[in-house]
Amino acid sequence: MAKITYITKAGEEIQLEANSGSLMELAVKHKVAGIDGDCGGVCSCATCHVHVAPAFYQKLEAPTEIESDMLEFDDNVTEYSRLCCQIPISEAIDGITVNVAN
Amino acid sequence: MNTTNLNCVIIGASHAGANCALELRKQGWLGTIYLVDADEYLPYHRPPLSKDYLSIEKAETSSFKPLFVKERYLEENIILKLGDRVIKVDEKQKSVTLSTGEILDYDKLVLAIGASAIIPPIEGISACKKVRVLRNAADALQIQQDFKTSANKEVVIIGGGYIGLETAASLKKMGGDITVLEREERILARVAPLELANYFQELHTDNGVKIYTGTSAIKIEEKETSIEIKCSNGKIYSADVLIVGTGVKPNTLLAEEIGAEIDNGIKVDANLQTSVEDVYAIGDVAQFYHRKYEAWMRLESVQNAVDQAKIVAANVVGEAQQYSAIPWFWSDQFHVKLQMVGLSKGYTNLVVRTEADKEDCFSIWYFKNDDLIAVDAVNNGKAFVLGGKFIKNNTLVDPIKIADHAIPFKPNNLIKTETNAH
Repeated sequence: MAKITYITKAGEEIQLEANSGSLMELAVKHKVAGIDGDCGGVCSCATCHVHVAPAFYQKLEAPTEIESDMLEFDDNVTEYSRLCCQIPISEAIDGITVNVAN
Repeated sequence: MNTTNLNCVIIGASHAGANCALELRKQGWLGTIYLVDADEYLPYHRPPLSKDYLSIEKAETSSFKPLFVKERYLEENIILKLGDRVIKVDEKQKSVTLSTGEILDYDKLVLAIGASAIIPPIEGISACKKVRVLRNAADALQIQQDFKTSANKEVVIIGGGYIGLETAASLKKMGGDITVLEREERILARVAPLELANYFQELHTDNGVKIYTGTSAIKIEEKETSIEIKCSNGKIYSADVLIVGTGVKPNTLLAEEIGAEIDNGIKVDANLQTSVEDVYAIGDVAQFYHRKYEAWMRLESVQNAVDQAKIVAANVVGEAQQYSAIPWFWSDQFHVKLQMVGLSKGYTNLVVRTEADKEDCFSIWYFKNDDLIAVDAVNNGKAFVLGGKFIKNNTLVDPIKIADHAIPFKPNNLIKTETNAH
């Protein structure tokens, strides 16, 4: 089971637990504002942009080229930007905090 | 507007309808919300129908990726009527009659009733029990079953559009022997320029899909174990799975019956309201005027469904909003991701940009005179995102700079400068 914290653009902190699926799916399930996941998680729409807490960013598998490309010119991009449909939930990310980018 | 005692009925629970229901709550609708669909499954993502859903192991409800989990509808107090067909709308009584006999009164009605596959007028097609289309979960399961139980895995797909090509790629990956028959002289004839069509033709051919263009099916005959497809050029193809992907027609019947204005779809104004009071239409079925593109259109896409759902919800709760989103689409075939933003129809010139350091990555930029109106990006998320921003902001982009792959792909490098602006 992994504990995950989302912080929305408005500053709302939402703590959730899960052991499968993606960070996007969990956020949509629990109505985290600013994460829509319109394309269903196939890295096509960039509606699930988050900033990963720096300590965790390195622990994640590196983004694919298409994901990096999608992010490069997206609004509010930082060096810790990810499309969270591409982050699978597992024990490995227990304790992660992400800020919703848009 | 106090909505506490009002009823909103949404007919159609796919991307447009389901998002509309949740958006209504988000935007403050306090009254009852009914979400009705003849499809029995919890509303699911449709794009995987021609992709992952064809290869799922077990056919069950949970196999389809839900748009929202069931609990979300419960939490938001949205009443799901799944598996119930609407047989009649009475715009005078303001009610909807379901096939079960149940009558739902409405104060506001949203028609998100989508489109249906066109069955082309080919001799023998209606008599053949094995002709498949691909619009919903049941269709995907049927195709999957046909494919699994077929002896030779010989698939013929009539129609070389996006649905046909995505299905071809998916079934090829599953070991099928795939033939695509396209009536026009090239694939993607209605929706993409030659440059893109040629790329996808090669992609499919390289992966072993047989594509025959200029090949019009004229007769279909069911044999003992196979189906025979005769073409106008005299060729005969044999299949044990036959899929037709030749476009869709909007489901306008319910709207016609209540006297709503119909053209290529249900006509709506900028607020997505039909010509009938308190009746709205969104998604694949709605024909609207796009101010930026200065044209009436009907779009079949997830983006259009979701964005219209948000706008219609605002209008239903009484906050007037107009729809003017920039359209975008995507298609996944083999290892290729195609992303499109804007609408290229009516372009006066196009430029193709390749990237110096990357193979299999390019983009097509469409201009109408000086204005950038659309970008098609192949394995190129940068071009898709930046192109979309340029279009949205009406940025003047320099086609000469775009075409020059020696110029690094950065916003400031690509826009028109004072000296060459005109």
